[in-house]
Amino acid sequence: MKLTKLLTGAAMALGLATSAMAEDKTKVGFVYVGPVGDGGWTYEHDQGRKAVVAEFGDKVETVYVENVAEGPDAERVITQMALQGADLIFTTSFGYMDPTINVAKKFPNVKFEHATGYKRADNVSTYSARFYEGRAVQGTIAGHMTKSNIVGYIGSYPIPEVIRGINSAYLHAKKVNPDVTFKIVWAFTWFDPAKEADAAKVLIEQGADVILQHTDSTAPQAAAQAAGNVITFGQASDMAEYGPLPRVSSIIDNWAPYYIARTKAVMDGTWTSVDTWDGIGPGMVGIGEISDAVPAEVKAEALALKDAIANGSYHPFTGPINKQDGSAWLADGEIADDGTLAGMNFFVEGIEGDIPQ
Amino acid sequence: MDLSAINPVLLIASLMVAATPLLLAAVGELVVEKAGVLNLGVEGMMIVGAIAGFATAVESGSPLLGFVVAAIAGAALSTLFAILTQFAQANQVASGLSLTLFGLGLSALMGQSYVGIKPPQMQDIHFPLLSDLPVVGPILFTHDIILYFGIALTAAIWAVLKYSRVGLILRAVGENHDAAHALGYKVLRIRVLAILFGGACAGMGGAYISLIRVPQWTEGMTAGIGWIALALVVFASWKPWRVLLGAYLFGGVTVVQLNLQAAGVAIPVEYLAMSPYLITIVVLVILSADKSSAPAALGRNFHASR
Repeated sequence: MKLTKLLTGAAMALGLATSAMAEDKTKVGFVYVGPVGDGGWTYEHDQGRKAVVAEFGDKVETVYVENVAEGPDAERVITQMALQGADLIFTTSFGYMDPTINVAKKFPNVKFEHATGYKRADNVSTYSARFYEGRAVQGTIAGHMTKSNIVGYIGSYPIPEVIRGINSAYLHAKKVNPDVTFKIVWAFTWFDPAKEADAAKVLIEQGADVILQHTDSTAPQAAAQAAGNVITFGQASDMAEYGPLPRVSSIIDNWAPYYIARTKAVMDGTWTSVDTWDGIGPGMVGIGEISDAVPAEVKAEALALKDAIANGSYHPFTGPINKQDGSAWLADGEIADDGTLAGMNFFVEGIEGDIPQ
Repeated sequence: MDLSAINPVLLIASLMVAATPLLLAAVGELVVEKAGVLNLGVEGMMIVGAIAGFATAVESGSPLLGFVVAAIAGAALSTLFAILTQFAQANQVASGLSLTLFGLGLSALMGQSYVGIKPPQMQDIHFPLLSDLPVVGPILFTHDIILYFGIALTAAIWAVLKYSRVGLILRAVGENHDAAHALGYKVLRIRVLAILFGGACAGMGGAYISLIRVPQWTEGMTAGIGWIALALVVFASWKPWRVLLGAYLFGGVTVVQLNLQAAGVAIPVEYLAMSPYLITIVVLVILSADKSSAPAALGRNFHASR
């Protein structure tokens, strides 16, 4: 009896303490898969975090943990953040999906936001950017620029987001250059500069003169620069320090507006679970400056494509498109629905090689 | 599938580059462990060497000076480990682990202003006549000097451990520090020197990644190579040539599997991705069937009064 009373008292005190704290400051947590200095994916998420701090100043407190491995370790880190009184937690890698859902069940009053996943709950939102729109622009430039007709692609993990990017880049490269072929290497890591550099070197040695990457570090850019006569695209971040060659353009993730809006929603008490998937139009995906190494007419074509995607007059996955095995996927003029895109697990016709299952 | 896309000459040349950081770090750790000290801080010393070497090379314009400073930085960090374990008698496993964590944090701090900078390039050595030989020339005689240094260092460590008095003393300290002490050898001094040597090697290995293999600075760029070096020493049964073999196998299979993927070979990628670890372990375990064992005093602290 006494013990229960004591415990309830303690719990109430704790509850009061946290709610009192919540009144003056909203605590926002971020879980990162790489270091904030990776120059790519995690760097851009951290820019978003800094934008939140700049927007709300003293009214928010942000915390982040870098280099969190996907899996059980992530669950521990997220739990820790929730226990420390975070009101809103952004988990910024695909592999945090199940850990986020598991922790969210235990903390119904904490709001969670998971990037690039598809599992939601009452207190778990998902958000992602339509990177494939940027990939379409990259594919167009790549198709024009390649002389060997071999485009190297460094994939991270065979998940829908990456496969979507490969398909989109391939379709648009093929459209402007029917002879183009893609060589795809799976690195099975988001961040390992030495391995990413090795992968880029291997692709260059096998004849690729365009390198697209879906890993987080700038190592492939450095490898391409050392090799010479190879072009690359910044991934997740502008990577402008490698321009004008090898980096000729980039996909830039712009999370700041979303992070600010969601933090505001928590402050106002208007937060609800949503599924956000924005592209070039709303500004979540940016296309980095196309450098002078790209001929003017190619640049104009790429920018026209970007504008068409932005104003909604063109969708990168517009039929006729067949799957890799030759079966029909989209009829002429048909546009892919978001559900199929979100779970994309097949290559389109013309890409060689299998997706690791 | 198109195997003809793989150029064997370029392949072998690049596998040697991929193996060198691992080799440098592993032979350094081998000497440390032969002296009876287990330093789990290899990863931390490597990454500090990577940024120290990178920063020096950028500021001075000399990659070679970068490697020298990287070695000094690695040794300096290992001094911390030496003080903790040899003089303060701290637990070696815990000290080594904390050295890794400390090194990762310290390097991130040091490297803040070096992200995205291109380091000066290390020139490959051009041997007259030899470099122009077909096939053999590009594979063996057109590398940077550090790669040759790594191989020479392995040979030197092997010779010193096997044939010299210094090597004998080092091994005696590692096998039975009480007996070595009774014979009048300065156990602590020898161990501290071994730790410093291991730190210098790890630092150079790290700098090889940031200056030649990648070449750039990114936080956390060693990404676990230090741990693989530690495992390699064990699987190589504390024998220098086997460390070399293991490092080349690991580096080799890593590069080969990427090549096979790019060429579209019909082996599931998961098997290819695990193959470097698997093949290296299998080969070295088969080789170590002769029951060579760890230095008897490995990981045990020494104090003259005990």
